[in-house]
Amino acid sequence: MIKIKDLSVYYKWQNQDITALENLNIDIESGEIYTFIGPSGCGKSTLLYVLSGINKEYGGEVSIDGRAIDPKTQRIGLILQNYGLVPWKTVYQNAMLGLKIKKDRYGLDDYSSYIFEQLGINDLLKRYPKELSGGQQQRVAIARAFVMRPDLLLMDEPFSALDAITREEIQELFLNIWKEHKVTTVFITHSVDEALYLGSKIVVLSSAPGRVLENIENPCFMMEDLRSKDEYHLMASHLRERLSAPQNAHHLDRPTK
Amino acid sequence: MSNMFSREKTRGALLGGLILMAAWYLLAIGMDRPIIPNPIDVFVQIGVIFPDRMAIHVAYSLMRIVEGVAISFLIGVPLGFLMGYFEKWDRILAPLMYFAYPIPKIALLPVIMVLFGLGETSKIVMIVLIIVFQIIITARDAVRDIPAQTFYSLQSLGAGRMQIFTEIIAPAALPEVLTATRLALGTAISILFFTETFGTQYGMGFFIMDAWLRVNYLDMYAGILVLSFIGFCLFVSIDYAERKICSWR
Repeated sequence: MIKIKDLSVYYKWQNQDITALENLNIDIESGEIYTFIGPSGCGKSTLLYVLSGINKEYGGEVSIDGRAIDPKTQRIGLILQNYGLVPWKTVYQNAMLGLKIKKDRYGLDDYSSYIFEQLGINDLLKRYPKELSGGQQQRVAIARAFVMRPDLLLMDEPFSALDAITREEIQELFLNIWKEHKVTTVFITHSVDEALYLGSKIVVLSSAPGRVLENIENPCFMMEDLRSKDEYHLMASHLRERLSAPQNAHHLDRPTK
Repeated sequence: MSNMFSREKTRGALLGGLILMAAWYLLAIGMDRPIIPNPIDVFVQIGVIFPDRMAIHVAYSLMRIVEGVAISFLIGVPLGFLMGYFEKWDRILAPLMYFAYPIPKIALLPVIMVLFGLGETSKIVMIVLIIVFQIIITARDAVRDIPAQTFYSLQSLGAGRMQIFTEIIAPAALPEVLTATRLALGTAISILFFTETFGTQYGMGFFIMDAWLRVNYLDMYAGILVLSFIGFCLFVSIDYAERKICSWR
């Protein structure tokens, strides 16, 4: 379980002190997908950088299974919007990078080839990232995260740069592979639809500085033919309402930057 | 496909060389003066003098260039990486770099000669002075241009400084550094030529000036041709290394 208590993050930008997150409290239970949704600039990504050990300057307490965050001992898979692949490594080398950094033994064993097959990148292993489409690159990034058997998966709007059709395809692919491993996942999104489709829990954040407005058990999670169900539309309009409360107006569902 | 590509390149180089030789030949015939000898005679002369009289000079010049480039690499790459990675280093060193970079290094030659003598050291110091700034600045900029996200992925995996260096910084910056070296090499060779005209009895600079003083134009042209061939070979080999290392581009 991830415990976040009174998390506050400040940073300087053009000589101004900016509060990205203020007194954010939440317990993230293991084996669930938490989709975090909130207006742009509410500090969603900042939260992810804290959880992944990139941002070490924060106030409050954050622990994973009772221990402080330390990417050296914990296995954290981070999947970013721009995929975070290394251009001078082949698909195979990129996918194995996590294991290499962790100094694990690695090779094309049953497990990794199974993951590659599920993600449909078996034929791409010798290619370089620039020879791949956006969707293919994102599959490689997902493979890299899953191959290292992470304790925690952090995803920062990973599918928002993909076209609509590819996005739905990869969302489904992700859910399929997730079902088998049930990795605790923190998924940042600014799309209501994505939050409902992928999250077993949905956390609504306020506009900057981000605080938790609501932590909802998602009734639509893993529902067949979700988008035609009443629950989906009810939840969607509820979320949109929460997000368009006066303090959050004008931000939602605009592309970030 | 790459094979075909390189074959076409070779054919292009040969054709270019032939055109140059033809122009030279016509000029030599037209002028009919000893200062512009016939290229065929020059090539024959290379064949005659290379084993006994010229090879040693080639070896000396090559050694100086290789040493100069190697030392520039050893100083420039780590310094550039430090400046690119740690802003503090850059704040202190960048103004110095910008100040020193545009100085025509040949202007420093008298100082270098007094400090390091007339021998080998001052010649190599000159080469280093010319190449090193270009390498430092290129290495720094290359490190700076690495997107933050590339670092994030590795940091979240728990990579240490050394791993970030070997997995990201070095491979990202090396191609740029090689390009800078290749560009600096031309200047380095012409300065080397100049410094070899004194304080030594070996090197292509000495050989060419000596031939000139002896009014042996065949030797002189043979020297010039071989010197430019050395430059050509160095250029091509860095180009080759670059393409080998950066096949991902």
